Amino acid sequence: MAALGSPLRTLRGLLRELRYASGRAGRPYRDTSAYQHIVAAFRAHRVTSEKLCRAQQELHFQAATYLCLLRSVREHTALHQEYHGKGERSPEEVAGLVGFRLPQQPGGKG
Amino acid sequence: PLERKRFYQNVSISQGEGGFEINLDHRKLKTPQAKLFTVPSEALAIAVATEWDSQKDTIKFYTMHLTTLCNTALDNPTQRNKMQLIRAAVKFLETDTVCYRVEEPAALAELQKNEWDPVIAWAEKRYNVAIGSSTSILGPNIPASTKETFVSHLASYNMWALQGIEYVITQLKSLILSMGLIDRHITVEKAVLLSRLEEEYQIQRWGNVEWAHDYDLCELRARAAAGTLFVHLCSESSTVKHKLLQD
Repeated sequence: MAALGSPLRTLRGLLRELRYASGRAGRPYRDTSAYQHIVAAFRAHRVTSEKLCRAQQELHFQAATYLCLLRSVREHTALHQEYHGKGERSPEEVAGLVGFRLPQQPGGKG
Repeated sequence: PLERKRFYQNVSISQGEGGFEINLDHRKLKTPQAKLFTVPSEALAIAVATEWDSQKDTIKFYTMHLTTLCNTALDNPTQRNKMQLIRAAVKFLETDTVCYRVEEPAALAELQKNEWDPVIAWAEKRYNVAIGSSTSILGPNIPASTKETFVSHLASYNMWALQGIEYVITQLKSLILSMGLIDRHITVEKAVLLSRLEEEYQIQRWGNVEWAHDYDLCELRARAAAGTLFVHLCSESSTVKHKLLQD
């Protein structure tokens, strides 16, 4: 069976990711359906102690998978913004990289 | 388009005739082929709604993996039927990552043996089949009976779950690792690590390049997690309305 760790830790991680993911300020993340669904599911199955019940293991695995999804999307988006989100350099910037300046052409090119 | 501006304030779900629907303000979400976006599971609808609600100024479609999976299930753009999907999935076994071994460098061969042999052993026991591994360029020789066992097993899943399973297999390049995930034998993080074993080995040897390695790692984790969650949410008998799923 998958090494999942502590259900409480998974739950905390999930709620934290939901907090990070709440895109628009104004609506608190605790009001969202996702938050309420997850908290209700954990309460219903009491997944906060060491138990071997199959339904609990299924829920915990699902929660851990969803946590992985949210966290990985957030990290991937951050990396994308950092390294791939800035677009191309302008011709002026490219010239500047090697110490050149583009010529001034008051009449326009060619 | 890769991105567009977020054009809605509120995201909510509602229940319609065909299942759960996603509402962006007063508009109902549609698929790329303009069908009404309906999902059979409330938990899945909530997760999709969360994807849409998480978008800030721009909608980054490439991060919305659950939405994408639902669109694929609804539109079936590759026009494949259930048996075609199953055969495509099982065909992957012939080039399954965990069965395809190197002979050198010795350290990598050893790592593959230590990390991949146990998961093959698990699959062989769980499904009562022979799989094995190979260093031949042709890959492992999978007995026909093994393939038929997996075909039968996958046939027990509905069409939606199968789209998810085939997606995970394509991402991880391994049927065995995907079944390990579906059967909850390994976590997503572990499955992705095993799928990327050779990359991880090279990273240990030569160093990590954040903008390439971590980028790929996060993306693969996100996709594998989305696919796995999708399969589980589409397979639960307590939440899925069976009559809505086309087999």
